[in-house]
Amino acid sequence: MTSSSLTSPQDAPAVQGRSLWQDAWRRLLANRAALVSLIVLTLIAIAAVFGPLFLPWSYDQIDWDHVEAMPPDFASGHYFGTDSLGRDLLARTLFGGRISLMVGILATFVALTIGVTVGTVAGYVGGKTDQFLMRFVDLMYSVPLTFFVIILMVFFGRNFILMFLAIGAVEWLTMARIVRGQTLTLRSKEFIEAARASGGSTPAIILRHIVPNVLGVVMVYVTLTIPNVILLESFLSFLGLGVQEPMTSWGMLINDGAAELEINPRTLIIPAAFMTATLFCFNFLGDGLRDALDPKDR
Amino acid sequence: MSVLDIKALDVRFANTDGEVAAVSSLSLSVEKGECLGIVGESGSGKSQTFLAAMGLLAPNGRTSGEVMFGDTNLLTADEKTLNDLRGDKLAMIFQDPMTSLTPHMKIGRQLTEVLVRHRGLSATFARDRAIAMLRRVQIPEPERRFNMYPFELSGGLRQRVMIAMALLCGPELIIADEPTTALDVTVQAQILDLIRKAKEELETAVILITHDLGVVAGLADRVGVMYAGRLVELGDVRQIFKAPRHPYTKGLLACTPRLDDATGGTMPTIPGQPPNLQNLPAGCAYHPRCPFIMDRCRVERPPLRPTPTGSLSACFLEGSPS
Amino acid sequence: MWSYFARRVAIGIPTLWAVITVCFFLMRLTPGGPFDAEAPVPQEVLNNLRARYHLDDPLWQQYVDYLVNLLRGDFGPSFKYHDFSITTLIAQGLPVSLENGFCALILAIVIGVPLGIAAALAQNTRRDYVISATAMTGIVIPNFIMGQVLILIFGVWLKNSIFHLPAGGWNDGAFANRILPVFCLALPYVAYLVRITRGSMIEAVRANYIRTARAKGLPFRLVVLRHALKSALIPVVTFLGPATAFILTGSMVVETIFQIPGIGRYFVQGALNRDYTLVMAVTILGAALIIAMNLAVDLIYIWLDPRVRYDQQ
Repeated sequence: MTSSSLTSPQDAPAVQGRSLWQDAWRRLLANRAALVSLIVLTLIAIAAVFGPLFLPWSYDQIDWDHVEAMPPDFASGHYFGTDSLGRDLLARTLFGGRISLMVGILATFVALTIGVTVGTVAGYVGGKTDQFLMRFVDLMYSVPLTFFVIILMVFFGRNFILMFLAIGAVEWLTMARIVRGQTLTLRSKEFIEAARASGGSTPAIILRHIVPNVLGVVMVYVTLTIPNVILLESFLSFLGLGVQEPMTSWGMLINDGAAELEINPRTLIIPAAFMTATLFCFNFLGDGLRDALDPKDR
Repeated sequence: MSVLDIKALDVRFANTDGEVAAVSSLSLSVEKGECLGIVGESGSGKSQTFLAAMGLLAPNGRTSGEVMFGDTNLLTADEKTLNDLRGDKLAMIFQDPMTSLTPHMKIGRQLTEVLVRHRGLSATFARDRAIAMLRRVQIPEPERRFNMYPFELSGGLRQRVMIAMALLCGPELIIADEPTTALDVTVQAQILDLIRKAKEELETAVILITHDLGVVAGLADRVGVMYAGRLVELGDVRQIFKAPRHPYTKGLLACTPRLDDATGGTMPTIPGQPPNLQNLPAGCAYHPRCPFIMDRCRVERPPLRPTPTGSLSACFLEGSPS
Repeated sequence: MWSYFARRVAIGIPTLWAVITVCFFLMRLTPGGPFDAEAPVPQEVLNNLRARYHLDDPLWQQYVDYLVNLLRGDFGPSFKYHDFSITTLIAQGLPVSLENGFCALILAIVIGVPLGIAAALAQNTRRDYVISATAMTGIVIPNFIMGQVLILIFGVWLKNSIFHLPAGGWNDGAFANRILPVFCLALPYVAYLVRITRGSMIEAVRANYIRTARAKGLPFRLVVLRHALKSALIPVVTFLGPATAFILTGSMVVETIFQIPGIGRYFVQGALNRDYTLVMAVTILGAALIIAMNLAVDLIYIWLDPRVRYDQQ
């Protein structure tokens, strides 16, 4: 038993005016690892989105004066040097980050949409629908889904849209399970009863009352899914199934760099450092969010 | 000779907003063979006081003061010393029998491990002793239950198992933390009866923590009433029921339903809200709810003082030269 | 208990059938085939090829034939390695992958679970932070980077020292050739297990019955090992199912980097070559493996939590 159980819920005056979200936000900012992660992520995202606009070289432009991989050189504007084809490494890393982050966010959004829909419907409607949907999820769990993503990428070509659709279609399973669990506990709550008693339709109740209340858990899971997707994309790039040249992503840059690891480690280390930092931050942020929204051991 | 002697005990919990005082300068003692009832609302610090004595506080809990058990100060004793006492001379029964037994271990093993730990008994001896103890706490077919898992037993039976576990080594002190709260009313009486028998037959001292005055009335010799982490009244059980001194105790007694209540009116309640430990009122913590409030109650904290009935009470109504 | 087990098996079989069916039609209905890769082939040759592989039969006929052959343990001929049947390829590759996967799994459990427990019991201390941060590193660094780095260190930099390890190849499963791939395969796994064990152990020691066990005077170590460990292991065991899938995916990477003739590499090559039958065979095997692992998980549950035994009757 901790001190939190010593204070009774009626002590409203002491915590007046602090909503659940404000409270969680305050706790999140108090968590140093999460706060630093949030700042670093914001910086990386801003750099990836706007950075390329301010660089002297674009990601696919070949500097014919430096076609060999070149160490950082400020005079020619290659702040991180160039790759083996004479392309600016910083520009490529930032542009690759744009693609990696975009795939991560879009695929997670796909997973989120499917997962929340299936989870809330299964949990709220219950009965046969629930059984059917959850059986299906169980079934999907015993399928080697990465194999299917690879098969899809091979047979339908390396297509950017298909990539995040396919990854999203793989990642929704856990989300659906978690959301269903939350919905089940919500369903028996009084305010849902009240909404039902006052004649709310099922979709309306799900949208207006269930979804907002599962948002916390979903947000934690989203933060932890994005890095998974970025990893999966880099894995596809490693197999040569990622985005197509001259487009690039962190995974592709790392893969290119790995090939030159012995002669030119810089081309591996720089994109790898960006990607690893991003993954770290997402994971720390996710852990921090979970603690902030579920203050069990406060 | 007192079995347990608590002097100026403070229990605090560190959290993100600073520290919360769960128990403040609490002193009391328990005599051999005596049953001391501790009454209070949830959050009054009654459980934390004795968890602190057992060395079982949550990791963020801090203590100061002194809890003497024989010659040992339980607050400063090392883990080894505590472990030698716990389960042997010092036993505890917890509130919720449904979750207080390890779900994946058979009852028998959970009992015998105590004897193996403290008495060094062999498996067969331990088994015999454990089954004998199960019989003693009136568990039917003890040989069969011995090989069962907790989830195969009812709540009442599980609490009997907990009691058997506490009695195995013949402890000098049993701390029973709300032993009947999670149980049916009929089972409650049986469990209390078991505790009474243990106390009488083994001359064990019992500390009975509860929010239910009825439980205390049936079993305790003395009663301590706690409010917001402090002892507000302490005295003989009959005196306290007959002539409560502290306004909070009076309030509690007035709220207890009585079968002989002929008025047939509504149940009285104590107005206001239980105290928030994070934000205690200055002076006497009970003053916002007290019907006898005086000016000095808002600024000054009343000490625990003797009263004409022999009880101790922490209220300015006592001894004020009026 | 056995009826419970039988029911789980009964769920597994239709799952496998569904995987086979989806896989089959996905393969046959996608544009492009195994033979339209390089230089254009004369129509006549193409027809001959299609006839040889029964690709000119009606689709349902092909499907039924495939299922029937599968029941006989025959995965059909490879579209690319003309002289091999898929069954032969699998018979060569599967043991290699299984051995590596199994070694990695054991290694990961032996390292990951104790580390997770150590971190949990020292929650929010320096030891916890160091272990957790290291585990996080294992999760965020993809094993294709890790593999390359390991090769660079042990295969290149330490070439002339006693720590030198082969940078690749299988060499019929020589011990030295296994070390790096198994380690590389196990690493992300170790990391996940540390995180899962840490979380579940923190949860487990908060249970009321842990307080009871401590109140009995049992030493803390014994309390953890005897009373907390079993319930803390439930999420760890649950992870074994998905972990099989991870190992399969990981074997694609590791076998490609270290040039090991296992089914992971076959799958990658098969996919890139559009070798339908090979890709299908590996996918089906993978699904069978995951299903089998989930069954094993169910059996371990029964041991970990006796309630399961009774609830299902």
